[in-house]
Amino acid sequence: MMIAGIDIAQLVAMLMVASTPILLAATGELVAEKAGVLNLGVEGMMIMGAIGGFAGAVVTGSPALGFAAGAMAGAGMALLFAFLTQVLLSNQVATGLALTLFGLGLSALLGQSYQGIKPPATEKLTFGPLTDLPVLGPVLFNHDWVVYLSLALVAGVGLFLSRSRAGLILRAVGESHDAAHALGYPVVAVRVAALAFGGALAGLGGAYLSLVRVPQWAEGMTAGAGWIALAIVVFASWKPGRVLIGAYLFGGVTVLQLRLQAAGFAIPVQLLSMAPYLITIAVLVIISARHRRGAQVAPASLGRVFHASR
Amino acid sequence: MIRLERRAVPSRLWTVATPVAAVLATMVAGGILFAALGKNPAEAIRMIFWDPLFGPNASYFRGQLLVKAGPLILIAAGLAVGFRAGVWNIGAEGQYIMGAIAGAGVALAAYPAESPMIFPAMVLAGALGGWAWAMIPAVLKARFGTSEILVSLMMVYVAQNLLAYMAFGPMKNPQGFGFPGSRNLQQYPSAHNPELIAGTGMHWGVVAAFVAVIGTYVLMHRHIAGFRIRVAGDAPKAARFAGVVPGRLIAFCLGLSGALAGLAGLFEVAGPSGQITDSFNAGYGFTAIIVAFLGRLHPVGILLAGLLMALTYIGGDLAQLMLRLPAAAIQAFQGMLLFFLLGFDLLTNFRIRLGRARA
Amino acid sequence: MKRRSFLTSTTLAAAALGLGLPAMAQEPLKVGFIYVGPVGDMGWSYQHDQGRKAIEEAYGDKVVTSYVESVPEGPDAERVLTQMALEGNKLIFATSFGFMDSVMNVAAKFPDVKFEHATGYKRADNVATYDARFYEGRAVQGTIAGRMTKSNKIGYIGSFPIPEVVQGINSAFIHARKVNPAVEMKVVWAYTWFDPAKEADAAAALIAEGVDVVLQHTDSTAPQAKAKEAGIYSFGQASDMEAFAPAPRISSIIDNWAPYYVERVGLMLDGKWASSATWGGIGAGEVQIGEISEAVPAEVKAEAEALRDAIAKGDYHPFTGPLNKQDGSVWLAEGEVADDATLSGLNFYVEGITAELPK
Repeated sequence: MMIAGIDIAQLVAMLMVASTPILLAATGELVAEKAGVLNLGVEGMMIMGAIGGFAGAVVTGSPALGFAAGAMAGAGMALLFAFLTQVLLSNQVATGLALTLFGLGLSALLGQSYQGIKPPATEKLTFGPLTDLPVLGPVLFNHDWVVYLSLALVAGVGLFLSRSRAGLILRAVGESHDAAHALGYPVVAVRVAALAFGGALAGLGGAYLSLVRVPQWAEGMTAGAGWIALAIVVFASWKPGRVLIGAYLFGGVTVLQLRLQAAGFAIPVQLLSMAPYLITIAVLVIISARHRRGAQVAPASLGRVFHASR
Repeated sequence: MIRLERRAVPSRLWTVATPVAAVLATMVAGGILFAALGKNPAEAIRMIFWDPLFGPNASYFRGQLLVKAGPLILIAAGLAVGFRAGVWNIGAEGQYIMGAIAGAGVALAAYPAESPMIFPAMVLAGALGGWAWAMIPAVLKARFGTSEILVSLMMVYVAQNLLAYMAFGPMKNPQGFGFPGSRNLQQYPSAHNPELIAGTGMHWGVVAAFVAVIGTYVLMHRHIAGFRIRVAGDAPKAARFAGVVPGRLIAFCLGLSGALAGLAGLFEVAGPSGQITDSFNAGYGFTAIIVAFLGRLHPVGILLAGLLMALTYIGGDLAQLMLRLPAAAIQAFQGMLLFFLLGFDLLTNFRIRLGRARA
Repeated sequence: MKRRSFLTSTTLAAAALGLGLPAMAQEPLKVGFIYVGPVGDMGWSYQHDQGRKAIEEAYGDKVVTSYVESVPEGPDAERVLTQMALEGNKLIFATSFGFMDSVMNVAAKFPDVKFEHATGYKRADNVATYDARFYEGRAVQGTIAGRMTKSNKIGYIGSFPIPEVVQGINSAFIHARKVNPAVEMKVVWAYTWFDPAKEADAAAALIAEGVDVVLQHTDSTAPQAKAKEAGIYSFGQASDMEAFAPAPRISSIIDNWAPYYVERVGLMLDGKWASSATWGGIGAGEVQIGEISEAVPAEVKAEAEALRDAIAKGDYHPFTGPLNKQDGSVWLAEGEVADDATLSGLNFYVEGITAELPK
């Protein structure tokens, strides 16, 4: 399928890979926000995942173990955030910003001995003849396992939140921590777990950058991906399925503008780059206008400090 | 069993003691980090906290402390008013950029005319630019109930792209050999925001920061409007009975913080920075959020917190220069300082009790 | 270890001075470096830091170098430069274009400190400028690319549309066309010097357009990885990127600042430093062509090396007429060579490139 000389199937395949890190991080952040915690430290967790994953893969020689190490590094950062905000009751916005600062610094220190090294390769999965199918082949059957994992995680998180009892409790905690507490649910424990999961996914996304997308370690290599992940959660109005659309939109605009340039179109890059953010704002306005008198879209306790006085 | 008990009023002792304790704890933890990197921890700590204030070249650094802290304090003072009211403007970075673009726009349009009216016009445009950018989330919040946290954050990215567009396009210096970036306003006397007293670092932005600290103090602690704002933050439902109109409150808080952030951007671009470039915003808008919280949303606290943040930047550069400490170590150190300050704050509002809760 | 030996040597020097034996030990020359990125960026700032290390190696105890990394352009740069001057650095290298006005401001305040500014165009009695003729390296890359391409499409990832990058695109295209008249050039602007993910996307976009050789003017290795995946060829940028040799990386341009830095420090030590504008290329060693790998046929390698040597000796200038501008108007007549003034402000493509240069 060709439009203006651009192969659409190929473009979709490209944006899937390009969007994987932000999709992972956004899915994780969505779970944390659903539990009522706004963690602005996604960038810091991602970059720690990038160095953790890279170091893990180089030391063990196994990309899979590297990804595991990246997830652990991200989760570790999230637990630090959880300790500060859930136990010491610090402000979430300020703590999240501090987490990003700390993560960027610490990752650079840890990464000093990993510069200029190539990590073990993460292979694409083979689907035999399926890969050669027209249109569907490049889009669906020509990626590495992390791409499929990220899609599975989106589906898994969606099912968990909507169908499982644990997911229901998590949402209850996010909607009204006081009510959840009164019902006997462990608010802090649920939030710590949600944060750790979110951190692990952000770490996984970071590791995907350093192990697959680039693949090399360099200071500050996330270059703002964590902030985009935050925007995607908002765009998605806290619905996992829409996170997928959001990630592909944000990743897609970058891919598309570069693709248009390559095809020789003169486009105002900066103005086009604003588009996803403006769309996000429009989406926000539409959903909030529609929900004006009904249920709020954002978790009602988002960003608020919880302290059980009784 | 350790548990927390909320204090009826914040502890006066701990209000003063926690920042000191947090800085001391950071010195210990940071010292361990620096020692692990093979540097003399005592020397590094001295470089960061002592030398910029009292070291050999302190007379220069003290002025630079004001230059660096000025915009942080100016922005944070405005943000704190909103935070007190429960209006979460985290898009000060975008308002800062828009203030700079609007103010510099006036200057570049007037170039090369010289007139004493140009600088005041720029100041006005800067404040308006930041104000207008902040009114977007304000209007959306008041009209549709859209979260101002998220809209103001999204507007930062829009502003950043607009800044890049300006630096590469309409505002590019026609005599700049094709390099991105505007004319340098430092070389345009009518538009320049100069050092007012040589060697002190004082420029109009620093003056504005001090005025903002005093102004917000009067507003919040000496005026009925401040009382209403605080009630709105602490008890939104009660505030309605006290005569607070939510829409107006939101517009006021976002407008004020936006205008101050815009002013900070204008004074920076017309003074120390001089130029619109795609990277001219050095994250002041985000750092100011941290400053606002470190200062516990109190004008005096913000003044001190802004100076402390500035000190770690200036001292951090000094430690890099003199001890070859990597920039990353300074960043991690700043992160630790913030963690300790934010974490220790618990002691101000809570009492730690040992033993079981009384039923 | 290094630090310890530095300490002992300075204390010895100080002791010698204290004993009134100035002739025996001269105080070492302090040389400062200010980088826009982290030294671990493996690209621009990393290569400058390699140059700094070369100074230490060449002059040992006679010099003491220090650096501050990740300094934002603007007021922070001005402060760090002042810090360096105050701390007794007599020669300061500012290694980013955006430091230009800061350098000029600080240099005016410290007339006895010498400044070296990379890639800028403003000079003073104590400010010299230096740059590298990267376009000479692009000519060699263009030649190899023109021979290696089978699809007759070459891709170029540009950072920002500034003269230095435009020179590179033109030079690569001219020489690719010279050896392969059917060659087309596809250009993508990433609007970043360093953003691995975006660079990877840029490479992927070019590959999707059918290019089978990619040149890049951005610093990360992400395009190399994409090229490897697609089974096409690429060139290292800034550093050698030898991890991707022999393919996809078939050669590279290495920023080699060491010869210039060593020379300038030498002049300083001899008291012969004077302001100058240096624009060295392959001949001066500032631009190095990385090993042409075995993926390139021997005759192509020989052709490329011959071009490299001709440029190095000064026998050949990559911008030699007849050359037309993109719109078909004459730029250089037969045998005419582009002058440096035009090149340093280059803002147009040569004839044959179909893309539009962003304004």
